[in-house]
Amino acid sequence: MATDAATTQLGADLGLTRADLIEMYRLIAITRAIDERMWILNRAGKIPFVISGQGHEGAQVGLAYSLRKGHDWMVPYYRSVASLITFGMHPREIMIAQFAKGVDPSSGGRQMPGHYGVKDRNILSVSSPVTTQVLHATGIALAAKLRKTDQVAITYTGEGSSNQGDFFEALNFAGIHKLPVVFVVENNGYAISVPMSMQSSVPDIAMRGEGFGMPGVIVDGADVLDCYRTGKEAIDRARRGDGPTLIEAKVTRMTAHSSDDQQTKYRTAEDLQAGQERDPLPRFREELRQAGVLDEATEAKLLAESKVVVEDATDWAESQSDPDPATAQRHVYADAPPARMDDPFWQTERFIGDGGPTSRGGAS
Amino acid sequence: MAVRTMIDSIRETLADEMRRDETIIVLGEDVGKKGGVFLATDGLYDEFGGDRVIDTPLTESMIIGASIGAAINGLRPVPEIQFADFIMPAFNQIVSEAARMRYRSNGAFSCPITIRAPYGGGVHGALYHSQSVEAFFSHVPGLKVVIPSTPHDARGLLRSSIRDEDPVLFFEHKKMYRSVRGDVPDSDYVVPLGSAKVTREGSQVTLVGYGLMAQYSLEAADILDSDGIRAEVVDVRCLRPLDTATILESVRKTGKCVVVYEDNRFGGYGAEIAAILAEEAFDYLDGPVVRVTGPDVPGVPYNHVLEDWFMPDPERIATAARRLAGY
Repeated sequence: MATDAATTQLGADLGLTRADLIEMYRLIAITRAIDERMWILNRAGKIPFVISGQGHEGAQVGLAYSLRKGHDWMVPYYRSVASLITFGMHPREIMIAQFAKGVDPSSGGRQMPGHYGVKDRNILSVSSPVTTQVLHATGIALAAKLRKTDQVAITYTGEGSSNQGDFFEALNFAGIHKLPVVFVVENNGYAISVPMSMQSSVPDIAMRGEGFGMPGVIVDGADVLDCYRTGKEAIDRARRGDGPTLIEAKVTRMTAHSSDDQQTKYRTAEDLQAGQERDPLPRFREELRQAGVLDEATEAKLLAESKVVVEDATDWAESQSDPDPATAQRHVYADAPPARMDDPFWQTERFIGDGGPTSRGGAS
Repeated sequence: MAVRTMIDSIRETLADEMRRDETIIVLGEDVGKKGGVFLATDGLYDEFGGDRVIDTPLTESMIIGASIGAAINGLRPVPEIQFADFIMPAFNQIVSEAARMRYRSNGAFSCPITIRAPYGGGVHGALYHSQSVEAFFSHVPGLKVVIPSTPHDARGLLRSSIRDEDPVLFFEHKKMYRSVRGDVPDSDYVVPLGSAKVTREGSQVTLVGYGLMAQYSLEAADILDSDGIRAEVVDVRCLRPLDTATILESVRKTGKCVVVYEDNRFGGYGAEIAAILAEEAFDYLDGPVVRVTGPDVPGVPYNHVLEDWFMPDPERIATAARRLAGY
């Protein structure tokens, strides 16, 4: 058992208080609880699709914890729930995206689950073509630099995405201009079914940083405090104007790629078991217990709170209305189509609507 | 009022807009000290500096992707793709990202960028410096597509594009850069997006075109006039949003229409105009809607004989219109 003297020291060298440590643990635990609920809802037939971040949460919370909420920019990907909750998204906002209801702030029910985005918190909307967002984060950082806003942009991809051309183009440009951007690769070893050995001839994505004039840092994604330290160094470095950092967090994908995937088809039982053992949640819990940060009462309180939050988010999200189909034409352009603005829909609507043209008109 | 070439008009408009709005940046390949391979950005680097006029690596996807991000965070980028032929690496960023940003975020995010790119053949550019790519982008809701045919419109439309809150593709026919001159007012006028223009009044047949083909249609109308055929010419100017009203009004008057586009015939932009006329003006048509287009080969070939074989020209337009007039 750690002594009292030691317990006061955990995280102190990083400037973290006991309250910070408990908050980081809470963010990981709540994200896990939300994620597990998504799968239950999917298996119960209530939501058609889940894409999961189980196993990534420790890295996500640690790396994002020193961002300035409402000031910096987060450009996430589809496994980023823990990053997003750390950066200010509410569990209700995460859960309503699963149900795709009308008041979903990410997309109003237009996008699949996992495609989050909230403008008032500087969280950019996610799309499905992977890696496009890495260039958006680079552009956001370019604007931050030119406008002198003191903002940092952080963006996330999987290691699968890191093979797309956009990844290299983004690192290259960010390196040239020393842009205030942090590139995070959450390497869970699989691009859906394709293992790292078939994705890259070298074991680490981080070494690509050197080729673009930036540090490439590897961090154990289950080591939450090391992720915090790594994230803070990169964010501080970016804010100082010293340029971008590439961070590769080695994480584990504890679920299938998505609810439409069966990972036992391409992963061995041993590999799956080893993956479960790299779960950041029990590791961080044990670390905090050993340090005396997390006592039984606190744990019980967090567990109870987590249940309430998940219940609330689920019940609230499920009870919201579906979007009105009449709104599906909105937000194609900034302005509503003026009378002379032609869109095929407007052209054909009156024919479709009344069953087609029924008479020769007009010219007679 | 002053006489300007297309390229002068575009360059001066960029400079004017950058003076007016300090959030405007220009980025692309060779746009800085060199001033662009066609000199469309000549002088901007000296006036506005390297922060606002950025020479990029040869990375078209980055040019557009970073522009999207910069627009999200308060800038108004005007990226240049050196030739429209080379826009394809950025297709994903334009179509999957810029076009959908507003819709997919339910109106939360917007993407005000104006992508300039020279397009078109007739300048010995061969397969990869001559393409017309407007059909790919006009197909996509969320994008606006603009093609001017006069220095006056280039200025007014570029202003409207840069000030627009949505992503605009602004295609400039490279053969017109220095071959076309015209009056350009000194005033801060705009040409609204989504407004076509009747550039010549006529009564017997309507010629619809854009870019170089709008100019060629005017020349064809002169040829037809000497044959006693009064052709009306409509310059589309903005392919999306399309001003159908002006086109329909003209065709309902003349009863006949030749749609002219330089792109490959099959599935080209003008096919949409033909379809709209079939749906909306069927009862007014006195003949089939006819297209004069580039042929269906994968690119404009280099040798001048082959290039001439490819390019629609005033004679071909006049021939088709003459035949249609007699239908």
